[in-house]
Amino acid sequence: MAASTLLRITGQRATNLAELLEGIRGCSDATIFNHTFQSLEQHHFLTEGFSNDFAQWALAACNEPQLAERLASLDIRHYETLAALRADLVAAMESYLRQVPEAAYRKGFEPFYFSEAVIVTVPTPWQVRTLAEFCEALAHVSIHTLHYHFVAARLRTPPTNDFSYWLGDSLGLKELAERIDEIDIYTNTLEGVREHILEEASAWLTLG
Amino acid sequence: MTQPLSAAGKAVSLDDYQPVVGTAEVEETRALAQRLASRSVKMVNSTAVGGGVAEVLNRLVPLLCDVGLPTSWEVMTGGNDFFEVTKAFHNALHGLSYETSWQAFELFLTYTEQNLQRLSFDADFVVIHDPQPVALVKARQSGAAHWAWRCHIDISNPQPLVWDFLGQFVRRYDAALFSSPNFTRSLPIPQYLFFPAIDPLSQKNQELDADFIRSTLEKFSIDPKRPILTQVSRFDRLKDPLGVIEAYKLVRKYKDCQLVLAGGGAADDPEGGQVLSEVRAAAEKDPDIHVLELPPWSAVEINALQRAATIIIQKSLREGFGLSVSEALWKKKPVVASAVGGIPLQVIHKLTGLLTHSVEGTAYQIRFLLSNPAIAARLGENGHEHVKENFLITRNLKRYLLLFLTLCGAA
Repeated sequence: MAASTLLRITGQRATNLAELLEGIRGCSDATIFNHTFQSLEQHHFLTEGFSNDFAQWALAACNEPQLAERLASLDIRHYETLAALRADLVAAMESYLRQVPEAAYRKGFEPFYFSEAVIVTVPTPWQVRTLAEFCEALAHVSIHTLHYHFVAARLRTPPTNDFSYWLGDSLGLKELAERIDEIDIYTNTLEGVREHILEEASAWLTLG
Repeated sequence: MTQPLSAAGKAVSLDDYQPVVGTAEVEETRALAQRLASRSVKMVNSTAVGGGVAEVLNRLVPLLCDVGLPTSWEVMTGGNDFFEVTKAFHNALHGLSYETSWQAFELFLTYTEQNLQRLSFDADFVVIHDPQPVALVKARQSGAAHWAWRCHIDISNPQPLVWDFLGQFVRRYDAALFSSPNFTRSLPIPQYLFFPAIDPLSQKNQELDADFIRSTLEKFSIDPKRPILTQVSRFDRLKDPLGVIEAYKLVRKYKDCQLVLAGGGAADDPEGGQVLSEVRAAAEKDPDIHVLELPPWSAVEINALQRAATIIIQKSLREGFGLSVSEALWKKKPVVASAVGGIPLQVIHKLTGLLTHSVEGTAYQIRFLLSNPAIAARLGENGHEHVKENFLITRNLKRYLLLFLTLCGAA
């Protein structure tokens, strides 16, 4: 499937960390998804900075690097539900604001605007039945399709991604599935992720 | 007079963009369009040439046709008095002072009525661009079509009376589309983030021969061997060309460089000539300041000036989006720009460019980049990727398809 995203402006905004915390507590799941999973796709070509919008804002607008690092360290691969991710984001912020209460109401350099992802999926022409066909398709599909199946999929097929699920379940290649699942989406660009998956799968093909 | 501007004569195809965005992106966009099954679209704005909106529509309309949605583009017309009023509204929506009068509102509505007599709105999706034609929504018939208002300017801090007047029409649309979340007002209709876009295949953005770039510099007596700071924008107070000259003068205390201020006036901007005179007066005694008033057909020259630049500046005081920033980033140029309007969406500070907040800050960041060319090059590379992902016309096309699917409940 190919996924495309339209961003809906919710009207919610935060001007300080206390308001950010309230916003994270009360916003929709689609908003949490947008600022964590989807932001990784939006800046897929960068490995500098934080892929999580909340962390990036805590650093760039509020100059709170310690909080930014804590928020950025929440690895979206470890979450099977957005509710669990939201709970940990809230916990990280509450903990930090208990330690540094004066940071709560310090005005950020610019506001944080909450927006939610409206996702539309359409089938791609690619249907694969073998590992060779999988490699051919993966080399062809867009970054958005890759993100949909490799990153966002963890909410649909927990605790893994669509590729690993299919490789393990349909082709019985459990070791390859695990190796692919371990590819780091934070220290690679998404093009880098694609290359790593193809390297792993191609090596498997060569082995026969 | 109505100017039907259907792009039937233009043979642009989405497939032409495959070398830039990839085959998969083109295929996926066509798959989205297929779900809309030949539904029709009408775009309406207030100028056929000049300014970013006309530039985007000039390519977006044929692309919508190409993916199977019959699309027409019409231009709202009016006399100079209408455009003086809408320019004043434009400034008032940006928060500048404006003394409202009932005559101005009446004149606005009179021209709206005239255009309603001339235009037809029988398309499945009607997209009205900017405040000038906003009241055309009066033609909307219940249940007949989906209407969206595409606002290209920042209306976050408007003069209340002007907004109260225009807002009554905005509320009658199905959706409002803004270039940035900080441009919005509280509205009872859904609002979507809709970046404008540049066309990588247009004369303004296509690759150019080094010889042509060199000859363009020669034509304007610009020295290719010395650093060139360039701002490309209309001669408009909100683009702060006088502030750019001040920043350049601060840089010149430390670094040898030249300044190019290039742009023109749009058909709907009667104030441009006055600003240009002030800029020329400020630049008069410095032969290294090149003030270039270019006609609307100068796209390829602007392209050359951008590609020849060492650093691109966009020191706007207010900004809708600032398409010229994306143009510069697409050309892998380091950009120093004000953190206003939609610019921070394009220039992520220290990742895809440098943001500033003052004349002094602009001057400092220019000096920093002139002293650190490797950092400047890296910002330019990142900026190019950022534009490819978010601000190309192909992505804009996709957003419209997603919007239409959402409006008709097919998303």
